Amino acid sequence: MSTVLQDPQTTETPNYLNAEYGWKSWLLTTDHKRIALLYLISISVMFALGGVFAMLIRVELLTPEGDLVNSDTYNKLFTMHGVVMVFFFLVPSIPATLGNFLIPMMIGAKDLAFPRINLLSWYIYVAGALFAIAAIVMGGVDTGWTFYTPFSSTYSNTFVITAAVGVFISGFSSITTGLNFIVTIHKMRAPGMTWGRLPLFVWANYATSLIQVLGTPVVAITLALLALERGFHIGIFDPAIGGDPILFQHMFWFYSHPAVYIMILPGMGVISEVVPCFSRKGIFGYSFIAASSLGIAIVGFLVWGHHLFVTGMSMYAGLYFSLLSMLVAVPSAIKVFNWTATMYRGSISYATPMLYAFGFIGLFTIGGLTGLFLATLGVDVHLTDTYFVIAHFHYVMVGGMVVAYLGGLHFWWPKITGRMYPEGWGKFSALLVFVGFNVTFFPQFITGYLGQPRRYHAYAPEFQVLNVMSTAGASILALGYIIPLIYFIWSLRYGKPAGNNPWGATGLEWTTQSPPTTFNFDVTPIVTEEAYAYAKHEEAHVG
Amino acid sequence: MHSVTPVRTYVLIWVVLTIMTFVTYGVAQIDLGPFNIVIALAIAAFKMTLVIWFFMHVRTDSPLTKLFVFAGFFWMAILFVFTLGDYVSRAWMPGGKFW
Repeated sequence: MSTVLQDPQTTETPNYLNAEYGWKSWLLTTDHKRIALLYLISISVMFALGGVFAMLIRVELLTPEGDLVNSDTYNKLFTMHGVVMVFFFLVPSIPATLGNFLIPMMIGAKDLAFPRINLLSWYIYVAGALFAIAAIVMGGVDTGWTFYTPFSSTYSNTFVITAAVGVFISGFSSITTGLNFIVTIHKMRAPGMTWGRLPLFVWANYATSLIQVLGTPVVAITLALLALERGFHIGIFDPAIGGDPILFQHMFWFYSHPAVYIMILPGMGVISEVVPCFSRKGIFGYSFIAASSLGIAIVGFLVWGHHLFVTGMSMYAGLYFSLLSMLVAVPSAIKVFNWTATMYRGSISYATPMLYAFGFIGLFTIGGLTGLFLATLGVDVHLTDTYFVIAHFHYVMVGGMVVAYLGGLHFWWPKITGRMYPEGWGKFSALLVFVGFNVTFFPQFITGYLGQPRRYHAYAPEFQVLNVMSTAGASILALGYIIPLIYFIWSLRYGKPAGNNPWGATGLEWTTQSPPTTFNFDVTPIVTEEAYAYAKHEEAHVG
Repeated sequence: MHSVTPVRTYVLIWVVLTIMTFVTYGVAQIDLGPFNIVIALAIAAFKMTLVIWFFMHVRTDSPLTKLFVFAGFFWMAILFVFTLGDYVSRAWMPGGKFW
């Protein structure tokens, strides 16, 4: 009866991807899922751009001599790597893509509270990114991604204002996304979706949104003041005209340290979804994980001074910033212990998203604990501005956030596209990312501890072996990123149809079809059980 | 959902704001030393509170709105207090038996 067999590609049910066609249906869409894909494409482009700068940095550092690029060009390379990766990839990464796609579905809503503002946020992001790209094309910026004054406001001869305008503009995209999430989570939860039943991914994004709304305006003001000083010589930060350079650092880090938690909290949300699913167990300590997200968001605002320990800040301020920085480790550790406890006696399967979750837990722990070294006043004096710092924050940003982002993409790819990716290649590239990452960044802890300073294109010859390791690892890591890019695109056409719930996961997003319809649910769902009720489902399955 | 505020209230608040503007001017004529800035900021903060509370309808809005308004100012206070904490204590030198 061959006529009965139907080609799944030609019999797709109506969904958000085939609801409308044409470029207008994408560029004028208010569907949160389509906007998530617009973001996915844009941030992937920026990630590739930042990655190219990273590779150029690593190739330069293959040899101790500064031979590939001169020192000015090198300054521009690490600056643009930082600006692009932090402001145009890491900050929007999970919230704007997975958050945009999943939050309405996870709480049983048809869309975000302000769909047009959601589209606007993407346009604002693109406008900001274009300014950043313009700064790169015109000749780059050499201040470091932190734009420290008075170098940035007075002495740098590069395109500081253009880049700062890009960051300023993209900040509004971040604020509008955060605002949208806060209102959506407060106002649009389905009946029965109480705060105590919210998926932890939603809790994590809620905490992130609070930081975005409360912190981002401060960096916008700071960059505006920087531009005023640079353009009109209004003395705010430059001591030569009556300003205070440390004021800039206070204001910059008031946003930019909490921004670290904008970058990592959504990643923690992803891990909180993946770990119970592939352990077939309810999450251990739900309320502690939810509360620790808020705890990180709040305490994260009280620790920025640890970036200023050696820049002339009061040593008494150093004392309390050091103490508070230690405190932020507590909610982070709560999460790590709870994920581990969730796995204890679980029925663990080693699917690709779970491999990324394992990677995240290990790498984030290393990144977090080395943060405690740096929060210790005396040790920080030795380690400031060395490769130890570079290794530390890449363990959090890349080992934590990028790994969680990739894990989340693999976990929800079947829901987003309705297709499965090739599992074997998925596991292989997860392994490549883990190995490549560690080979790249672990040696930097050692070179940094031994005294290799950051931000120089030349270094002492005794560090060469470890730097060659770093560059080799970066090549493996790059391969680990390119392979998923290829098979994700491949899977759009050739991947096996995924079905509605390929992982047997709980959560409202898995109760709808894959890919979902434009309005997610045909009937507003009514929630009658706690999140992660895996034990109940497993029992029903067995019995 | 919102209760209607009588026009009388708005006029009264406007009168108070106008008076406080003159008070600001008046106080500025007297040299109070370090308290010049304190008085000026205190009056400004008072006027700002009136505007937020009445003209921006926070008074009649939900507790959630009040919480978010409060959070905004609280976060700004964190920035100010900790930054000034650095400025105030920057010149303190360790000395005496304690050290």
